[in-house]
Amino acid sequence: MRNARVINDFSIQVATVNGSGSQSANMVLMRSIFQMGVPVSGKNLFPSNIAGLPTWFTIRASKHGYIARRAEIDFMVAMNPQTAREDAMLVQPGGALLAEQSLGLKGLRGDISYYEVPFSKLASEVSSDARLRKLLANMVYVGVMTDLLALDTVEVEKAIRKQFKTKAKAAETNVTAMRIGAEYARSHLQKTDPFRVERMNKTQGKIIIDGNAAAALGAMFGGCTVVTWYPITPSTSLVETMIDYMKEYRIDPKTGKATFAIVQAEDELAAVGMVIGAGWAGARAMTSTSGPGISLMSEFVGLAYFTEIPAVIWDIQRVGPSTGLPTRTSQGDILSTYFLSHGDTRHVMLLPATVEECFRFAQDAFNLSEKFQTPVFCMSDLDLGMNNWMADPFAYPEDIPIERGKVLSAEDLEKIGTFARYRDLDGDGIPYRTLPGTNHPAAAYFTRGSGHNEQAEYTERPEDYVRLMDRLDRKIENARASVPEPAIEIGANAGIGIIAYGSTHHAIAECRDQLKNEYGLETDYMRIRALPLSPAAQTFIEAHDKNYVVEQNRDGQMRSILSLDYPMLTGRLRSVLHYDGIPIDARYITNAIIAQEKEKT
Amino acid sequence: MATVVNTPRPKGVNRIGMMLQDYKGKDSTLCAGCGHDAITSQIIKSFFEYGVEPYRVIKLSGIGCSSKTPAYFLNRSHGFNAVHGRMPAIATGAILANRHLIPIGVSGDGDTASIGMGQFVHLLRRNIPMIYIMENNGVYGLTKGQFSATADEGSKLKTGVVNELPAIDCCILSIDLGCGYVARSFAGDPKQLVVLLQGALAHRGTAFIDIISPCVTFNNHEGSTKSYKYAKDSEELLHEINFVPFYEQITVDYEAGLTKIVELHDGSHITLKKLERDYNPTNKPEALRQIRDADAHGEFLTGLIYVDPAKQDFTETLNMHDDPLATLAPERVRPSREALEEIMESLR
Repeated sequence: MRNARVINDFSIQVATVNGSGSQSANMVLMRSIFQMGVPVSGKNLFPSNIAGLPTWFTIRASKHGYIARRAEIDFMVAMNPQTAREDAMLVQPGGALLAEQSLGLKGLRGDISYYEVPFSKLASEVSSDARLRKLLANMVYVGVMTDLLALDTVEVEKAIRKQFKTKAKAAETNVTAMRIGAEYARSHLQKTDPFRVERMNKTQGKIIIDGNAAAALGAMFGGCTVVTWYPITPSTSLVETMIDYMKEYRIDPKTGKATFAIVQAEDELAAVGMVIGAGWAGARAMTSTSGPGISLMSEFVGLAYFTEIPAVIWDIQRVGPSTGLPTRTSQGDILSTYFLSHGDTRHVMLLPATVEECFRFAQDAFNLSEKFQTPVFCMSDLDLGMNNWMADPFAYPEDIPIERGKVLSAEDLEKIGTFARYRDLDGDGIPYRTLPGTNHPAAAYFTRGSGHNEQAEYTERPEDYVRLMDRLDRKIENARASVPEPAIEIGANAGIGIIAYGSTHHAIAECRDQLKNEYGLETDYMRIRALPLSPAAQTFIEAHDKNYVVEQNRDGQMRSILSLDYPMLTGRLRSVLHYDGIPIDARYITNAIIAQEKEKT
Repeated sequence: MATVVNTPRPKGVNRIGMMLQDYKGKDSTLCAGCGHDAITSQIIKSFFEYGVEPYRVIKLSGIGCSSKTPAYFLNRSHGFNAVHGRMPAIATGAILANRHLIPIGVSGDGDTASIGMGQFVHLLRRNIPMIYIMENNGVYGLTKGQFSATADEGSKLKTGVVNELPAIDCCILSIDLGCGYVARSFAGDPKQLVVLLQGALAHRGTAFIDIISPCVTFNNHEGSTKSYKYAKDSEELLHEINFVPFYEQITVDYEAGLTKIVELHDGSHITLKKLERDYNPTNKPEALRQIRDADAHGEFLTGLIYVDPAKQDFTETLNMHDDPLATLAPERVRPSREALEEIMESLR
């Protein structure tokens, strides 16, 4: 089984029990590879449970810089007795399996390398505390992998100290456990697998961050002042990370007081209601939730659309309907959120694909929301939001000034003399507003979710209603020119177009290389970054007879939206759909496109 | 604060130079004789007498007959007629954005005690600084007379339907959840109501006032326990109540043991003159006991039921900046370049 060496291009899956502290060990392993200059990504596949159920962490090292999930597992670390046998069967032929000795997996597979280690016994050399031993067993596997993958021990120790930066004693205990694992591997295991890490320089200066933390940072630098939320996986960490950063960077040094308010609401209805109340009174307010919360917010979002109040809402999508698969990823809220609430509504939506875009769009969302005086949704997902991504450090947002939109001050009112809240003075569908607390007799107006005229007075007159609805439509239509343009990559002789959005992007880059290298199929690519669609989207679709719309939902939701906007182009659209809750991988898309290409030609 | 202003001013003008007219709103579209209109008049009067600056007020409501009323007072204040039962969230958000605003929320018994119960109790828990009025008539008016959750057990609809379920007492609930200003009044008792409203203006934190406000169209008949007649017959005054604003000298005849004086947050005072019973509105268990006792006797107590002027409000709990968050300059809400670099370094 001594194959050619496979350097910096493989996947590791660690199978553990959740609540066993394996997350720290996984992060250390991932970070060690990263510190050696090798592009890396980590994905946590976890159950909706606190302790005792199986959980998996996948680390992908890719010298090519591919950071999407890789479906094939090259190296399995089987630490969970409940799933060890099944886990062992998932390894690619020619791969490797590292398992706890007492599980007795020796001989289960003849086509892979097998290593067994008495993890618990080794951990007991470090500590006599039963609970601690359990945690340390994980760091022992890191040590074993350090030796097997030829990781630099210095980098691994650095990664451990970073992981336990606030707990020096724990760091040293973990370093010891790692060394014991490495030493055991050196003296007891004969390496027969091909996988190795060698130093590269592809991660110099880069950061590792999850999308939720990136969004939290974006919101903080975007001048967010009010955050109201209700805990829900997978969006919780967005606000929790934000609380940490805001406490650090948004306390007025002079007074010791907060330049923000973060409130855990009683439910998502209240969370979005507070955002709307705060937006109405002039704050940059946001909430973060997932599908079930979006459903609950539906009524209030219609109010904000109809009364023209800024609100920023993050949807970290998970698998629905209902509770669905609460810890798995999806792009299943796109269509329903675009038209969220009863009556005729349509919303501006941003579709970040990378952590950089989470940071950027968190700021753009406030500007767009205040410019257009309407709710703006940021549609992330569990994969983007909760998993760790390698990225270039975020640039200081000089190019994203904080823009508050059409707000009239008392001085403005004094100058112009009159004010009608819903009058379209500029012909762009966007009226002027005043904030409560504006000290001018003309400032006040009455916000109501019922029919209203230009003066914000109650009306049921048919022509008033139609005029209002038409203006709202015009306003959202105008947003097409202001939202982020699609990212388009056009080659010379591409036969087909690929359309994707959000976290699906990472698998597309790899899939396009596979199509080109393995099938000689050149592709063009359009990544949609916002709704409503920019006119550029139409041009792209028109340029290709076949456009594969790749998305992570069952019904082809973006394809439906494209069909609504361009009914005459519907025949040019095809779907590649992936909706099992696991992040989409390149091979799946490649196979699906090739299958459809064969069918049709 | 408690500055005493004794400058003489023209008749019909309040301390900030405004007239009663300046506190009015649009004409009411409610049924003639509706209790809600009587309450609206007292809101106008109390805000005028207290000398509230209208531009600082926000008028908030949910959905229902009562929730229409903010259009009928304080034309110079921003108003927000939200969705059914969700006015507390709007109020909370607005006060987070600008803590200098003076919110007055008007809700009904359906809007508060049924669809809005969740938000109502959490508003109380947080002690959002606002006046929360529940115009309580025991029925849903706009949908033509269904029972609400504050309807008394055994009371009868016009159609003869009898309410089989116990009433929710929102004053008991408020006291229990730590509300620092809890009062009950009756739309037919304007003298008491105007004092309670002024006291609410002087209070810091949530001030809850449950006002029995008969629905002349759907719940003013024989067999109703929220009719004008029933309310008049069974109202039991806790005390004779008076309000002395912070800008006036307090001069009370101290009859030993007969008058209690409560100093409110802004330096205003409420004086409570003893009637038949001994009542101490700062004793929580006693307040709860007396409400329940009266209820058992088919009476309802009106007056200032419970007060705790020292309780901290939500903006203090959150350690919020004194300046309104809504209008902080960009450089105060965007951390520095160095801050971002420091964060990036920690992620390498």
